[in-house]
Amino acid sequence: MESDRTGSVIGSLAFEETGMVFPDGTEALQNISFTVDKGEFVTVVGPSGCGKSTLLKIASGLLEPSSGSVRADRDQLGYVFQDATLLDWRTVQGNVELLAELHGVGSQERERIAAEAIELVGLSGFEGHYPRALSGGMKMRCSLARSLTLKPPVFLFDEPFSAVDEITREHLNDETQRLFRTEEFAGLFITHSISEAVFLSTRVLVMSARPGRIVAEFDISFDYPRLPELRFDPSFAELCGQVSLKLRGSYA
Amino acid sequence: MTGRSAIQKPGTVRSLTERILPPIVLGSGFVGIWYLLSYGLLEPRRRFLLRPPHEVVQVGFLDWDNFSDILLSLWSSTKVAMIGLVIAICIGFILAIMMSQAKIVERAIFPFMVTLQAIPILAIVPLIAFWFGTGQRSRVVVCVIISLFPIIVNTLFGLQSADRGLHDLFTLHHADRVTRMRKLMFPSALPAIFAGLRISAGLSVIGAIVGDFFFGKGDAGIGQLLRRYANQLQGEELLAAVIMSSALGVTVFLAFGWLQQRAIGRWHETTTGVD
Repeated sequence: MESDRTGSVIGSLAFEETGMVFPDGTEALQNISFTVDKGEFVTVVGPSGCGKSTLLKIASGLLEPSSGSVRADRDQLGYVFQDATLLDWRTVQGNVELLAELHGVGSQERERIAAEAIELVGLSGFEGHYPRALSGGMKMRCSLARSLTLKPPVFLFDEPFSAVDEITREHLNDETQRLFRTEEFAGLFITHSISEAVFLSTRVLVMSARPGRIVAEFDISFDYPRLPELRFDPSFAELCGQVSLKLRGSYA
Repeated sequence: MTGRSAIQKPGTVRSLTERILPPIVLGSGFVGIWYLLSYGLLEPRRRFLLRPPHEVVQVGFLDWDNFSDILLSLWSSTKVAMIGLVIAICIGFILAIMMSQAKIVERAIFPFMVTLQAIPILAIVPLIAFWFGTGQRSRVVVCVIISLFPIIVNTLFGLQSADRGLHDLFTLHHADRVTRMRKLMFPSALPAIFAGLRISAGLSVIGAIVGDFFFGKGDAGIGQLLRRYANQLQGEELLAAVIMSSALGVTVFLAFGWLQQRAIGRWHETTTGVD
């Protein structure tokens, strides 16, 4: 782990011929190589069970790859999970303060950065609410705000919006895109929604079924800010079609 | 949110009567049957077996000499139950926390916990008397043994129920064991801990009475009093003491329900059974 860190460049993430074979013999990832630089938003799409989540676990250091290596700036990693994973016994404010608390930030400073993050995700006014009083989308916003507090140079998203409805998902996509532009992190996003991938990213990687390999790469050159209407643009649809085609091919 | 509470309001008034009325009706029916048994079934000569309710109230509750006896011994048993419960909580928490930290500790301790739970308490009463005498201490020991298991099992289950993703989050941010316990595992465990506490609190009351029944030295508790009333055929006092023991059990149950509501009601959808 130490050797990885010495080679890391601030705000970037690099997989180098990373492979993962679990102890039970399941090969989850095979020969993955790509980098995400500061100001890049890379999305990996792939069929379910292709090892996308494993990829993020390796990127974050929760899992050690069985071959190859990962270089990442993990000091203040942003990680948004599939579920909101909030502490039920804490209010929105308390939840958003958690990471700063774990890093030993003083209470006044904590309060300030939490307020800022809450404002950023549009949850102002809900600081005192407990998670059980929030909708699925609001919980996800709270989870986003929590990750934002440390100003992470690297941001990992593990299918964060798969459990919310379509309309909420589009809203959250807009928010994520806005955060990406203001915070300028290196983003690695996992999803199985093609339109979400194309809408958010600067680059889309298509992963094959297990064992996961990168089978195609698309540069997405639409200008930011990307408006919701972009989703109805013919060129947007065409790109989605191309990604979809590669994704289908990956099953064969 | 506001819309929903506005709709619910008229409902709560109705549901209150809906909730209170059935037990009142059933209770009245119960008292009626009691009278029927006392006066209809039992001949006057055998009526001491089941005194009619108003005589129980007159002799057991309204005669201060009798009632103060009952209250005093009840208080003595309550103290035993509470001391036993507190000790059981301390031991239970320590064991559950140790077990939650390492699978090997859990595997080592658990079979013995199950064994302890399986020992019939009456079978070890002579042993307890042998080791701890027949005084207050032995009563407390019975309480601890009888109420320990639910605390350990529920606390352990609760500590292990913390969300996997949250554990990952704490790992990512280099939280140490103490922080993880304090900020993640223990709060996650609170609902289960309270579930265990309510069971154990009830059991510790039973333990205090059972213990008192067998160990006569020191302050006489409600168990000794029950035994005396039964031996002396004091039916009214006996029934009054039984009712008061039950009231103690109910009070403990309600008290812990209230405590639970206060402690975690704000964030946890609890089913306290008292609301």
